Amino acid sequence: MENRTNAAPPSALKVFSALLLRDLMVSRRELPYFLLRTTLQPLLFTLVFGFVLPKMAYVGRGYSSALLPGILAMSLSLSSMQSVTLPMVIDFATNALEDRLLAPVSIRILALEKIVMGVLQGLVAAVFVLPIARLVMGPIDALSLSHGIEITAVAVLGSAAFSALGLLLGTAISPQQIGLVFSAIIAPMMFFGCVYYPWKGLDSLPVLKYLVLVNPMVYVAEGLRGALTPVLPHMSLMAVLVALVALTASFSALGLRSFERRSIA
Amino acid sequence: MVALEGLDLEIAEGELFGLLGPNGAGKTTTIGILTTRVRPTSGSAIVAGADVTRDSVLVRHRIGVVPQRPNPDRNLNARENLAFHAAYFGIPLRTANARAKELLEKLGIADKSESKVDQMSGGQQQRLMLARALIHDPKILFLDEPTVGLDPHARLAVWELLRELHRNGKTILMSTHNMEEADRLGDRLAIIDHGKLLAVDAPQKLKARAPGGTLIQLSLDGEASAVLALAKSLAGIFRAEAQNATLNAYSDRGGELIPALIRAAEQSGRTVQNIHLSPPSLETLFISMTGRKLD
Repeated sequence: MENRTNAAPPSALKVFSALLLRDLMVSRRELPYFLLRTTLQPLLFTLVFGFVLPKMAYVGRGYSSALLPGILAMSLSLSSMQSVTLPMVIDFATNALEDRLLAPVSIRILALEKIVMGVLQGLVAAVFVLPIARLVMGPIDALSLSHGIEITAVAVLGSAAFSALGLLLGTAISPQQIGLVFSAIIAPMMFFGCVYYPWKGLDSLPVLKYLVLVNPMVYVAEGLRGALTPVLPHMSLMAVLVALVALTASFSALGLRSFERRSIA
Repeated sequence: MVALEGLDLEIAEGELFGLLGPNGAGKTTTIGILTTRVRPTSGSAIVAGADVTRDSVLVRHRIGVVPQRPNPDRNLNARENLAFHAAYFGIPLRTANARAKELLEKLGIADKSESKVDQMSGGQQQRLMLARALIHDPKILFLDEPTVGLDPHARLAVWELLRELHRNGKTILMSTHNMEEADRLGDRLAIIDHGKLLAVDAPQKLKARAPGGTLIQLSLDGEASAVLALAKSLAGIFRAEAQNATLNAYSDRGGELIPALIRAAEQSGRTVQNIHLSPPSLETLFISMTGRKLD
């Protein structure tokens, strides 16, 4: 072997690509499990709230149009978050990140790559859920896919915010606390995230209406409502985008710092 | 807790340097700092010409690290572990795969190339870690107790590989609490305990510094200090120390003085429960410096 370590270290982009390639390969192998883990729950909700209840006439016909963007937001957000958090908790507990922590690149690049990977996984989950949900729910009059830019912007920013939150959680919790994340973080986020009802619907509960604004899920759900069913009531898209950018920036800053702390003793 | 306290060391290029000390001596912390995985609270370290805190990326680019416990990427098989690690160092995948194959063969785990790492034995995983540390041809190789948990056969294979790397001019720093390993492999050794450097020299020179004579260690049923005065007065015992329930006596007549030492213990109201004899060695040097055994 020629001695090549006198040369300069590889560019950060090159290392980033290798890290991403590794994650893409591992995720491709685990795609069936990934889809099952991240989309089964949204699809069950779709089935019950979007098909069974309307058939039983417990909810009105128009409910599907409020539900579809919500279900999509839930799949997108939770997939992004979980696909970063779960492996990271295990990796930190087993030291399996070591071979990447020894890579000749800033530790922050490693964390950044995890966020990007989370975004990709969130988008894959959403693309998988959308057609199935639409199929189960039947025709939705208000649904329009013509606002491509808005849909993409909300989807990418939403998954970025949750992926960064996933990084923060992944560096902060121990394997014993994984169950807690589901019951204490994910469940409230789902139920108070304007997933099953539009934010406008909370007009009659003003305290709750402003309380739920701390929940990042609200902006993804309302953003997707604005982008997918623009004729129905929804939060202003501009407000949604500003909120998602701010959330992504703060979760990323906190997540990167926490990742760095956790990685170097 | 202070893991290291004023540890000044200089290791030359091409040297095979051993860090010898008991568990908890600070060996892993030392290697952690030198490999940029632990941030030093004070002081500095230059590795392969780069500062571990300021130029950590440069340091990582120039070193290979074998951890104490195998920590492979469990989502990848053996060959992929090597190929991707090389890719993180900017080596194109095609070259990386060729090198991976070469190293797997050299380390005798070529048949495990496509196996999941969980299906490999501890020894095989440790050899995979060695291959991983070498795949990017680092200037300096760090090994933290590389042969702990290996069977004697695998241990010899690792020693042979380290000797070969050393012959080819690789700089190697390894930690160990195995006397034999330190004695047989190292050009120079640093003996550390409680984060402090006790001695640093070639193994031969260190052994020459060990107190002469045979060390007779008596394990007693109570404080050994009670026996100390009597033991010291015996002809042929030129030095004795009490360490809790252990009496360390240095004899210039080998094991001949054992009966006399047992009598001395009994006269002092102690019962001898175990006796251990060691000729002058790194071990006796370590005991004379710290009062404790290495493991």
